Amino acid sequence: MDETQVKTITAIQSGVPISAEPFREIAEKLGTSEDALLDQLRKWKDDGTIRRFGAILRHTEAGFSVNAMGVWDVHAERIEGFARAATSSEGVSHCYQRPRFDGFPYNLYTMIHGRSRDECEETARKIREQTGITEYELLFTTEEFKKSPPVYFADRGSAE
Amino acid sequence: MDELDKRLLNVIQADFPISPRPYRVLGERLGITEEEAVSRTRALAESGIIRRIGPSFDSRKLGHTSTLVAAKVPVENLREVAEIVSSFPQVTHNYGRDHEYNLWFTLICRDESEIERVVSDIKARTGVSDMHVLPAEQMFKVRVSFEF
Repeated sequence: MDETQVKTITAIQSGVPISAEPFREIAEKLGTSEDALLDQLRKWKDDGTIRRFGAILRHTEAGFSVNAMGVWDVHAERIEGFARAATSSEGVSHCYQRPRFDGFPYNLYTMIHGRSRDECEETARKIREQTGITEYELLFTTEEFKKSPPVYFADRGSAE
Repeated sequence: MDELDKRLLNVIQADFPISPRPYRVLGERLGITEEEAVSRTRALAESGIIRRIGPSFDSRKLGHTSTLVAAKVPVENLREVAEIVSSFPQVTHNYGRDHEYNLWFTLICRDESEIERVVSDIKARTGVSDMHVLPAEQMFKVRVSFEF
């Protein structure tokens, strides 16, 4: 990662302005050409450095008002099948395998979003029926204390 | 939010055009003018539905590493502890949850040693010692779009 790339990341990570020519505005701030900026962003998108370029929604405002972290105890040989069922399930946004810890036997994590608590529970029940994994809990969100874009290279440039 | 807003959200969350006039491209896809695409997007941001428009980087490709952390916090201290946790710039998400492990947050750091340092700082500043670092061992798919 060279200095220009680091500056580009710090300039764009908190988002682009909502205006007709957002990339021109960012390029001006960076002191580079709009073409050079667009080329760099397209390259990053092609090689997966940028996983996605798009709008990040506030799901609570968009009607998906409830979310729960589903945690599941899945044996090693059943993980692939579980993940296939969970990730194709409507309402599941993420699925990760994480280490278990003492008193917490769960190793698969699914983020479940719904319009109500019932809808989240129904999503989990369907996953249970499909996978036969019965050891699980739903940890409903009680409060969102922070949700912000990640700050990369924070000490090398302004985050804003 | 009308039908057109919903269609706009479906398109804009999946794929914002990386081009000089992105709203012209979006407008063409939706059959509206560039001006209307800008003004509808702005209204969705002002009403709070759109948080931001921008890139989601793969933190590993930027040489960063991320993890989830679970903490068991005395209920009466939850808010105070959560505020301390949120004050760290490495903390990107921080949620209260209805479980004995009632505070869950994510960290993005330069490397493992920064994760260790931040977690030990958080422990020291909050007095909470029951805290588990849970890095993803496998990531199955990140579905990002919600259908409206």
